[in-house]
Amino acid sequence: MGRYLLRRLLIAVPSLIGISIVLFTVLALAPGDPFGELATNPAVPPEVRAALRAQFGMDDPVLERYFHWLVAMLRGDWGFSFVSRVDVDRLIWQRLPATLFVIGSSQILALLIALPVGVYAATRPYSLFDQIANTFAFIGFSLPTFFTGLLFILLFSIDLGWLPFVYRSDLSATGFSWWWEEFRQAIMPVAVLGMFQGASWTRYVRSAVLDVIRLDYVVTARAKGLREGKVVLKHVVRNALIPVVTLVALQMPTIFGGAIVTEQIFRVPGIGSLLISSILANDTPVIMAVTFVFACLVILFNLIADVLYGWLDPRIAYR
Amino acid sequence: MAGSTPALLTADARAAREGLAPQISPALDAWRRFRRHRLAVVSAVILLAMTLAVAFGPALWPVEINDIDFTARLQPPTPAHPLGTDDLGQDLLARMLYGGRISLAVGLAAMVVSLIVGTLVGAVAGISRGSIDAALMWLTDLFLSLPQLPLLLVIIYLFRDVLKAVVGPEGGVFILVVAVIGGFRWMPVARLVRAQFLSLREKEFVEAARALGASTTRQVMRHILPNALGPVIVAGTINVADAIIAESTLSFLGLGFPPDIPTWGRLLFDAKDYLDIAPHWALFAGAAIFLAVLTINFVGDGLRDVLDPRRVM
Repeated sequence: MGRYLLRRLLIAVPSLIGISIVLFTVLALAPGDPFGELATNPAVPPEVRAALRAQFGMDDPVLERYFHWLVAMLRGDWGFSFVSRVDVDRLIWQRLPATLFVIGSSQILALLIALPVGVYAATRPYSLFDQIANTFAFIGFSLPTFFTGLLFILLFSIDLGWLPFVYRSDLSATGFSWWWEEFRQAIMPVAVLGMFQGASWTRYVRSAVLDVIRLDYVVTARAKGLREGKVVLKHVVRNALIPVVTLVALQMPTIFGGAIVTEQIFRVPGIGSLLISSILANDTPVIMAVTFVFACLVILFNLIADVLYGWLDPRIAYR
Repeated sequence: MAGSTPALLTADARAAREGLAPQISPALDAWRRFRRHRLAVVSAVILLAMTLAVAFGPALWPVEINDIDFTARLQPPTPAHPLGTDDLGQDLLARMLYGGRISLAVGLAAMVVSLIVGTLVGAVAGISRGSIDAALMWLTDLFLSLPQLPLLLVIIYLFRDVLKAVVGPEGGVFILVVAVIGGFRWMPVARLVRAQFLSLREKEFVEAARALGASTTRQVMRHILPNALGPVIVAGTINVADAIIAESTLSFLGLGFPPDIPTWGRLLFDAKDYLDIAPHWALFAGAAIFLAVLTINFVGDGLRDVLDPRRVM
C-alpha cells in the first residue's frame, strides 16, 4: 500500500504541472498587462506595483517567468490583494474552511442518498421503486444548483421563515446555540449541493450494482446460505463501488463548480464567493490563487479516490 | 458476463413476441425503440415546442424586450403581460422568448464545438498507436482534472474586453462562451470515440477494407467513423444540456452576456434580489432552464436506448 501511494503521488506531480502550465498560459496569453489596472489606480503606490512586477517577473523570458511563477505559487507566495489589502494566502486560509465544510458535508449527504437508493433500486430493477427513483434522479440533476438554491430560499426563508438565507461566519451566540445556528444556516447550502450530486450518483450506483449483482460469485455467496443483506453489503456493494469511485473522482471539478454557485447564492464566506467577488473587482492575484487552490483540491481528491481504490480492491494496490 | 441483468428491456423481447416480423428499415426500427421510452417522446415534443416558441415567438409576440413601463413594475402575470413584468416594467414573456434563443443557441453551438474537438482527438488517438495516443490521452485526462468553472470565469474575465472590441459585445461574448464551454466538454467524447476506434479497427470489415488497399483516411471516414457515431450522438445530446447549464451559471454569476441581453440565467440573476416581492420572475426563468435541461436529458436517454443499448448510466 505504501509503494502504491508513493506511485500515485508521483503520478499526481505531472498533472499538477500540466494544470499550472494551462493556468500560466491563460494568464500569459491574456491581452494587455494584468497589472495595467494598477497604473491608473491611485490607491496603489508605484513601489507596490514595481514590487509586484518584479515578483511576477513580468519582463523575463517566458520559460523563466513560468518557473518563477510556479515556485512562488508552490511556496504559497501568492501576492497581495488589491482590494482587501492583505496577503492573498491569509485571505484564502481564512475562507477555505467554510468551503471545505460545505463541500464535505454535501458529499456525505449525497452518499447517504445515493448508496441506499441506488442499491435498493438495483436489487429490484424495473420495479415501481426503481422507476420512481430514476425519474427523481433525472429531475435532481436537471435542476441547476442556482435554481434549487433560489427555490429553497423562496420556500424556507421567505414563505415559511424557518431558515436564515445568509450564511454568517461571525455568529454571536456561544455554546450549544452556536452549534444550532451553525447547523441551521448550513442546511440549505449543503442540501442544494448534496441533492444535486446525490441524484447523479444514484444512477451510477444503480448501474454499477446491476453489473455485478447477477455474477456467479454472488450466486455462490447466496448458495452458501448467507443472508441477503450480507450478500448485498459485503459482496455486491464493495465491488460495485470501484467504478462509482472513478466516476465520483471524475466529477470533482463539477462539484467545485456547484460549490462556487452555492456559496454565491447563500453568501457563504468561502473561496468560491471570494473568486466571484475578486473577478467583479478585477483583483488578479486573488483570482489566480483561488483557481490554483481549486486545481490543487481536484488533484487532492483524485489522490483520495486512489487510496479508496486500494482499499476497495487490494489487487489494484499490488499491481 | 454470465446471466447478467440486461441493461434495458428493449427490442429483443418485443421482436421475439412478434415472431416473423416483416423486414423493417433501420430508421423505423430506431423510431420503434425510441417510442418505447415514453418520457423521451413526451420530452421531445416539449423540447420541439420550446424550440419553435423561441424561434417564432418573438414574431408572434411583438413586444420590445426593452420597453420600459414604470406604471407596470414587478407585476404578476396579467393578460397584458402573460408572464408578468420585471423591475423596469419590461415584459417578461418577450424577454424569455428572446433569451431562450441565446440559451438554446449557446447549448447547440457548444455541443458542436465539443463534438468536433472530441471526435478529432479521439479518432487520432484511436487510429494511431503508441506515443501520439498516449500523449492525447494524457491531455484528455489533464483537461478532465481542470477546475472547469473557475477557469471558465478566469478566461472570460481576461479575454472578454478584447473580443468585445473585435466583434461587438453580443457576438464577442457569444463566441467566447461557446468556445470556452465547448472547449471544456470534449473529453468524454474523445474517450468514447477512442474506445470505439480501438475495437472497430480490429473488426473484419475494416480488415477487409485494409486488405483491399483502402487508405487510412478512407478506412476512418468510410468504415470506422460511421459505426462509432451512436454513442457520440448520445454524448452530444447530454452536452447540450450541460452547456445550457454552464451558460446559465455564467450569466447567473453576472459574468456571462452583457446585462441588456436577457438570457435565462441573466433573468434569474436579475430576479434573485426581488424573490420576496416578485417570485414569478425567478420562477419562470428557472423553470425554463429546468424544463429545457430535463427534456434534453430525457431525449438523450431515449436516444441511448436506440443507438447504444448496452450502456446504462
